[in-house]
Amino acid sequence: MSTLLQDKKKQIAAMVALGIFLLVLPFLAGMLGQAWVRILNITLLYVMLALGLNVVVGVAGLLDLGYVAFYAVGAYTWALLASNHFNLHYPFWVLLPLGAFLAALAGLMLGAPVLKLRGDYLAIVTLGFGEIVRIMMNNLDKFTLPGSDHVYNLTNGPRGITGIDGLTFFGFKLRSGLEVFGLPITGLQLYYFVFLALTCLCIWGVYNMQHSRLGRAWQALREDEIAAKAMGINVRNIKLAAFSFGALTGGLAGGLFAAMQGFVSPESFGLLESVMILAMVVLGGMGHIPGVILGAVLLSAMPEVIRYAADENMQEKVFGFVLIAPEVLRNLIFSLAMILIMLYKPRGLWPSPERK
Amino acid sequence: MSMDVLLQQIANGLVVGSVYALVALGYTMVYGILQLINFAHGEIVMIGALTALVTANGLLSAGLPSVLALIISIFVAMVVCAISGVLIERIAYRPLRNAPRLAPLITAIGVSILLQQIAILVFGRNYFSFPELIDKTPIQIGAITVTMNEIVIVVTSVALMAGLIWLVHRTKIGTAMRATAENQKVAGLMGIDINKIIGITFAIGSALGAVAGVMVASNYGQAHYYMGFMLGLKAFTAAVMGGIGNLWGAMIGGLILGLVENVGLIFVRGDYKDIFAFIVLVAVLIFRPQGLVGEKVAERA
Repeated sequence: MSTLLQDKKKQIAAMVALGIFLLVLPFLAGMLGQAWVRILNITLLYVMLALGLNVVVGVAGLLDLGYVAFYAVGAYTWALLASNHFNLHYPFWVLLPLGAFLAALAGLMLGAPVLKLRGDYLAIVTLGFGEIVRIMMNNLDKFTLPGSDHVYNLTNGPRGITGIDGLTFFGFKLRSGLEVFGLPITGLQLYYFVFLALTCLCIWGVYNMQHSRLGRAWQALREDEIAAKAMGINVRNIKLAAFSFGALTGGLAGGLFAAMQGFVSPESFGLLESVMILAMVVLGGMGHIPGVILGAVLLSAMPEVIRYAADENMQEKVFGFVLIAPEVLRNLIFSLAMILIMLYKPRGLWPSPERK
Repeated sequence: MSMDVLLQQIANGLVVGSVYALVALGYTMVYGILQLINFAHGEIVMIGALTALVTANGLLSAGLPSVLALIISIFVAMVVCAISGVLIERIAYRPLRNAPRLAPLITAIGVSILLQQIAILVFGRNYFSFPELIDKTPIQIGAITVTMNEIVIVVTSVALMAGLIWLVHRTKIGTAMRATAENQKVAGLMGIDINKIIGITFAIGSALGAVAGVMVASNYGQAHYYMGFMLGLKAFTAAVMGGIGNLWGAMIGGLILGLVENVGLIFVRGDYKDIFAFIVLVAVLIFRPQGLVGEKVAERA
């Protein structure tokens, strides 16, 4: 009994320590440069994305290789409705829910025709869906409707959309930064806190989803679709729910991405991005929230750290010349790490304890 | 006029489709035996093309006639790719044969990125022009225009596919391959060396990929480190459309995808070509979830 209580105390102490660390982190990173704060923010977005995909792949067992499409839907919803492209400037409390809703709708649209497909057939169709969305973003800058010659420009094509509004609370623009008791907080650091709060919300939401009736139904589906059906689970509905819930999270992250970057283009939403998010889920430990977060942090932060650590200056100092372009070195180490982690930890770095 | 355009696009589609089919065979053979999407196969095709390019340039500058240079460089590319394929299987896939299903998929993606980076290190990010080893002057056959290069591509792929079908259905190795695909454990009990058969499968698939790589490079006259990506994606789409794991499916899927893309160009703008391929895929899978010629797998609880 007393050890249980002590364990509980230890847990709480660890949580508090982690909380303080997360709150101080952007300032530590800020000392190294704002680029590092941006990396932190991107990492948080990836955590959200990985959590969303985890519901689809890790919990419900549906292999989705086009997840980034939902991220794109969220990002473009924000970009189109909060920029000079259409001269629309809606506030965040309209755009974030709208982006998430539209992404969830896209999830339903993807889910409906592929309900009958299994395993790898599902993978290729979702992959195709992701590519379709990307190609549309690239080409919907010059389309005409039947019956008229007017050329419409919806997405501005490969050039992307620039000058996107950032987050604004009651007229206060987050990008402009803030000074609290003489302590300057940059815009990116403010974004960090917003992202952190929303990431916590996502963790809470995904955790509760996973342990709800629906979550258990998803796990039954993952383990054995036929048996799940026999147990009276409506497989069609819960599959659609998995797709749209995962998409919802992706859409939310997409809107935040557009708000922070101020720029979106189709290039950010390629197949490699989907694959990367999937790798985060699998490397971390499918279906296990702490593992997935670890995977996301590792895979999104590691390449950036390598890039900075192995930049031209550093290589000049060590070798006297630039041996390998940092970009190539980054991808080289990154891909090797992916292979090695899987070879030595096939179930992920931090798999859920009850799964065998 | 429009009939001529249609015929011409069908001819183009056959050329592209036969390349897709060859690459799709590599995907489908590996999938048939290991139930693994070998993501690195597209990069094998790229390695084949770049190896052949280097070899051919070397041989041409040594003064060899272009036909000889072509044959030798294809052979070298096949050997290099077969060895890479076997090595990849040995290092990245074999240790994970009993691991959760997504683990080898992630290593496959890792290998794919790794091979691209190695190609950048060795060759750089440039587009290399591929030497014109086969005559490319247009030949007029009725209403359509083709080149000798294109004819050679189609004939070679048909020959290779026929050879593969013969190998798989008429030889001892082929029987062993089919047995392994059916049930690895039982095949092992029947005295089949599973690891050897899987190795051979990778070697054959990769060698076919190498030939496809040379075909693409010679057809478009260029090769670069990223050329395997889209080609691999299309070929995999073709394999799934035909019914993955099925040799005939890969061939039919490849040809249909090539035809659909090129005939589709008559109706939609070129920018949307890739969408067209995926929409056809989705349409096919909605009506035949197991692919065009795939067998319906009984649902097991």
